[in-house]
Amino acid sequence: QFGAEFRRFSLDRYKPGKFEDFYKLILHIHHIANLEVMIGYADVHGDLLPINNDDNFFKAVSSAHPLLRVFIQRQDEVDYSNFGTNTLSRKKKALVTLRNDNLRRRHHINISMPHDFRPVSSIIDVDILPETHRRVRLYRHGCEKPLGFYIRDGTSVRVTPHGLEKVPGIFISRMVPGGLAESTGLLAVNDEVLEVNGIEVAGKTLDQVTDMMIANSHNLIITVKPANQRNNIIRSSRMSGSSGQSTDSTASHHSLPTSHVLQNFHPDEMESDEEADIVIEGGLEPQHIPKLHSLTSSSLSRINGSSLSHRLQRDLVLNNNSGRESNGNIHKLLSSLKTDPRHSLVIPRGGIEEDGTVITL
Amino acid sequence: MRRFLRPGHDPVRERLKRDLFQFNKTVEHGFPHQPSALGYSPFLRLMAIGTRSGAIKLYGAPGVEFMGLHEENNTVMQIHFIPDQCQLVTLLDDNSLHLWSLKQHSGASELREEHRFTLKGPPGSPPSATQITAVLPHSSREVLYLGTESGNIFVVELPTFTVLEDRTITSEAVLQRVPEDYCNRRSCELVEALREHPKNPDQILIGYSRGLIVLWDLQNNKVTHHFLGSQQLENLYWQRDGSKFISCHCDGSYTQWPVSSDNRQPGPLENLVPYGPFPCKAISKIYWQTTKNGVPYIIFQGGMPRASYGDRHSISVVHGSQQTAFDFTSRVIDFFIIFSSEPTAEFDDPSAMVVLAEEELVVIDLKTAGWPAVHPPYLASLHCSAITCSHHVSNIPLKLWERIISAGSKQNIHYSNMPWPIDGGTNIAPDPPQRDLLLTGHEDGTVRFWDASGVCLHLLYKLSTVRVFLTDADPNDNMNTLGEDEWPPLRKVGTFDPYSDDPRLGIQKIYLCKYSGYLAVAGTAGQVLVMELNDEDAEHVVDHAEADLLQDQEGYRWKGHEKLKTRDGAVRFEAGFQPFVLVQCQPPAVVTSLALHSEWKLVAFGTSHGFGLFDHQQKRLVFVKCTLHPSDQLALEGPLSRVKSLKKSLRQSFRRIRRSRVSSRKRRGGSGNASEVQEANAKFDQDALQEMELAPVQRKIEARSAEDSFTGFVRTLYFADTFLRDSSRHCPSLWAGTNGGTVYAFCLRVPPAERRMDEPVRAEQAKEIQLMHRAPVVGILVLDGRSTPLPEPLEVAHDLSKSPDMQGSHQLLVVSEEQFKVFTLPKVSSKLKLKLTALEGCRVRKVTVANFGSCKTDDYSENDLAVLTNLGDIQIISLPFLKLQIRYPCIRKEDVSGIASCVFTKYGQGFYLISPSEFERFSLSTKWLVEPRCIVDMPEVTSNNHVHNKSGMENAARKS
Repeated sequence: QFGAEFRRFSLDRYKPGKFEDFYKLILHIHHIANLEVMIGYADVHGDLLPINNDDNFFKAVSSAHPLLRVFIQRQDEVDYSNFGTNTLSRKKKALVTLRNDNLRRRHHINISMPHDFRPVSSIIDVDILPETHRRVRLYRHGCEKPLGFYIRDGTSVRVTPHGLEKVPGIFISRMVPGGLAESTGLLAVNDEVLEVNGIEVAGKTLDQVTDMMIANSHNLIITVKPANQRNNIIRSSRMSGSSGQSTDSTASHHSLPTSHVLQNFHPDEMESDEEADIVIEGGLEPQHIPKLHSLTSSSLSRINGSSLSHRLQRDLVLNNNSGRESNGNIHKLLSSLKTDPRHSLVIPRGGIEEDGTVITL
Repeated sequence: MRRFLRPGHDPVRERLKRDLFQFNKTVEHGFPHQPSALGYSPFLRLMAIGTRSGAIKLYGAPGVEFMGLHEENNTVMQIHFIPDQCQLVTLLDDNSLHLWSLKQHSGASELREEHRFTLKGPPGSPPSATQITAVLPHSSREVLYLGTESGNIFVVELPTFTVLEDRTITSEAVLQRVPEDYCNRRSCELVEALREHPKNPDQILIGYSRGLIVLWDLQNNKVTHHFLGSQQLENLYWQRDGSKFISCHCDGSYTQWPVSSDNRQPGPLENLVPYGPFPCKAISKIYWQTTKNGVPYIIFQGGMPRASYGDRHSISVVHGSQQTAFDFTSRVIDFFIIFSSEPTAEFDDPSAMVVLAEEELVVIDLKTAGWPAVHPPYLASLHCSAITCSHHVSNIPLKLWERIISAGSKQNIHYSNMPWPIDGGTNIAPDPPQRDLLLTGHEDGTVRFWDASGVCLHLLYKLSTVRVFLTDADPNDNMNTLGEDEWPPLRKVGTFDPYSDDPRLGIQKIYLCKYSGYLAVAGTAGQVLVMELNDEDAEHVVDHAEADLLQDQEGYRWKGHEKLKTRDGAVRFEAGFQPFVLVQCQPPAVVTSLALHSEWKLVAFGTSHGFGLFDHQQKRLVFVKCTLHPSDQLALEGPLSRVKSLKKSLRQSFRRIRRSRVSSRKRRGGSGNASEVQEANAKFDQDALQEMELAPVQRKIEARSAEDSFTGFVRTLYFADTFLRDSSRHCPSLWAGTNGGTVYAFCLRVPPAERRMDEPVRAEQAKEIQLMHRAPVVGILVLDGRSTPLPEPLEVAHDLSKSPDMQGSHQLLVVSEEQFKVFTLPKVSSKLKLKLTALEGCRVRKVTVANFGSCKTDDYSENDLAVLTNLGDIQIISLPFLKLQIRYPCIRKEDVSGIASCVFTKYGQGFYLISPSEFERFSLSTKWLVEPRCIVDMPEVTSNNHVHNKSGMENAARKS
């Protein structure tokens, strides 16, 4: 029944009404009143985003240019993880994020409908990193929200063959309320920054690290050693889950893997992930549409924007509230899960950390 | 030409890299920062300058330079050459003595530190007991006499610095036969001056600070004469025949004393206060030079009437009825007189006076009537007005070179024709391979043309843009024109003048076309001048146009400075570069980029608001483009220049206050005082440091957005004849890059030469590229079909370059602060990139294409990018594949002004400011290396043989 059916209908752009009414209308038009369906739409980037409340319905309608492409799926067939960045254009890439344990956990538990439009962050490379470290990827793509954090110089204590050694390090010093970094819940003040997009920061100055982060801001991957090591539950649950191989790899890594491999993020991907430069011919019409926007599945979405500024402006509108809320959920979820007490007692290798005067073990 | 695609470890490429690239800091040009001591060897005819940072620099004939650095980085207090030796001794402010010598090593002389020594008193004695105040290298070359604060004079042997304790001259011994009443009034105090008798090496004159002067007999270890001065002593000088000496004093007086065997305690012959009768400042140094005609030269430093001229830095030359007080622009550190050094000569016959002031070196010709200044071939004061920008042009055609020199020589007529008097040593460096010009723009609206071909950075010509404008300062209002009978007879000398009348005159960008002689300069108040070289004086009207860069934008208010007012009617210009077109940007913001195409006769300019193109043939504005982001208020108000100038003027007035304080403090007298000040400073620093620690430095991590400030700031402009529209037809184009990562490309239609005046130049926007990382665009370059950068305008016409390959497809290289990106043309699609910041955390500050030749074979050369990063590293990146070749640390990353001032040459050399007054020259190339290479030979000891023989014999006799 949900093979491929197309209906075209119109709505008042400025007074779209309530989601409930729209939902009923859809069901009515498609003669599927007896089914639980999930409604989604293709946004200007070709991302499949859900319509499930008044807010995002309004957003969808107001940003439609001129067509709003609505997708209807049966509720139980919906793969929630498909919502998000470039899902329509690059299914394959989306799978990469799927490997993420954290996300997967979310699917299993399925607390509620994702109010999220797209992923804003993820934890990656859990299997190759030592358990004391966390590699966080922040997606800033098309998001108006500021990255929103500050870094500072500090000293960290490392365990070396010669005993404890103080080394300079870079730490997160402040979170901007409402910023992307804070809303992920994956980064916190006093976390030590170890790598930026696979490049170790050891030996680099604060300004250098700042420049590196800003240069990578469109797709920032930072590896941190969290100040609060109690939330390292992902690993502990995995380890108890008989993943012997990954235990080995962890054990062999006293600190960071020296190869700087970002497993879930190889260079090719980095290249294509980057937003392409925009070229406007003749300074009038955008003839050459950047790769990212010229979707492979062009049948689904075509850019209707007439000028660059138009398009960019539309990019910038995103519902902030829902994002924060959902990430709050993740955070709650994470902290609600009890850690294996044995693990929380074990002093992580190389994990003694000094923050100013306080040493936390 | 083979290129190697594979990155990294290709052994052939690695070997080639060794033949191409090599990093050397070769020579420092300009005037040493904070000089603190001066020395001269009449024997070697070399001059030595010591600095507060512990550097010591030796200069002789042009090209003869040596540099040494004391490990301690302490201030050099005194420099003394050892008579008739290639050696010198320096005294630092930590009371250490250092012996340096010039030794030949693999065909060239080198300056090396041989020994160091700190005088130590007996245990328990106060440090002042051994604090050295005066140094006398004895003509026997075997010992140094060291006068101290305690009044004792120690004798150390050279070169080992062994203290000869039995020969110490104690103040007790000196005071033995001094009359009681004199002795009671004043103890010896510190030794101010030690002077060897000019004829009898066994006698030395000792001057103590309280006024007592004694003649000491070294043979018999006793005082032969007492001279009971009543004034605080500053310095002493012997008359050549040893029959008289002269002393100068704290109260601005000088006194002549007779030395004869009859009277062992003579009174003064003459006591004079040259600038009395009102209280005068001290005369700190004095020379008495005899001449054939019997009228001596008396030359002294200071002595000005305290109340009215106490702030002047003067040296007075008195020769009979002639008297001039040379008024220097900054504090006089020290000076010396070049006179006949032949011991047999009967008279001194001074020829020149060499004065080291804090900010410049001035040499006065004493032989020519009127005592004109001599144009120094080196040690130029680059900072006589603060340097605001620099531009380097390699390989100047001979014709242009000669014309610039001829224009410059007309400016130098007031200089003396005397050959440079400091001419020791021999320059053995090969002749510079080509003629290079370094152009520096200054805050006062001048552009200086320096000969940068060789080791001596030499001023060729100075261009002033001030004449075009009406400024507050009337050029006719010359404060230095003093009447005939003015007293004191002050005469301003030197060029250092850091106080700009109008900061808007400052030069910000320079572009010289070496083939056509067209020059474009642009300044702080949005002024763009196009000039042409004219060998004659001329009077003409400068065509004037305005470029409104805001055009259609409404409601903006410029809160910065006003534009410069222009002079109406014809203006007289001296021979040289004469402006014929003036374009003034509106709003009058600083011009941030400039490009000139001498073949198309077009000039492009950009500010923080936009850019424009001007046709200087038809004198018509072709177009303007506003690059401003509507939300960018900062750029509109123009606070940058305002804040800067306010800050600068504040800083300058502080500096002035501080300087006057320093100069008023006695050199070493108040050591206690100085240490107090130091302590206070240290405390202040500590407090400041603590304050900083309380508020930890943190950095915000935020992506750049379109709304950031100054995104419209035009960083770079570039002309290219390339395929902009389609791949079959190429056309002239103009490219502009902004701070917000946008590149605009305009297609230009330039009428053919025969109709150039009849048809207008047309421009049409063809492309706009927005780099998604939004970093400032600092360089744009088009590579031809052979991946070679397009030649400069007129380069092909002058047969100096192969014409570009217009068959193969062209590529566009855009360099932002963060990335290097190659795009295809005409369809701009990304082909290749190198992400510098994302990988290394450093940002591009300067980038140039440089040609590197192999040192092994003459027929291989390649073009690469020379890049300076904000960390002060220099990287060489290959073209067109953007592979990092090599990296050298060059400038300290804290040295922001050094990094900002760096210019690269087209052949892999570069310059950057290591102080406001000095350029460091460096080379990245194995082939092009300009560094001093010189020899200092021991001159033949001829006529003065007998003196040394005599003293040598005496020494021998003494030993036996």
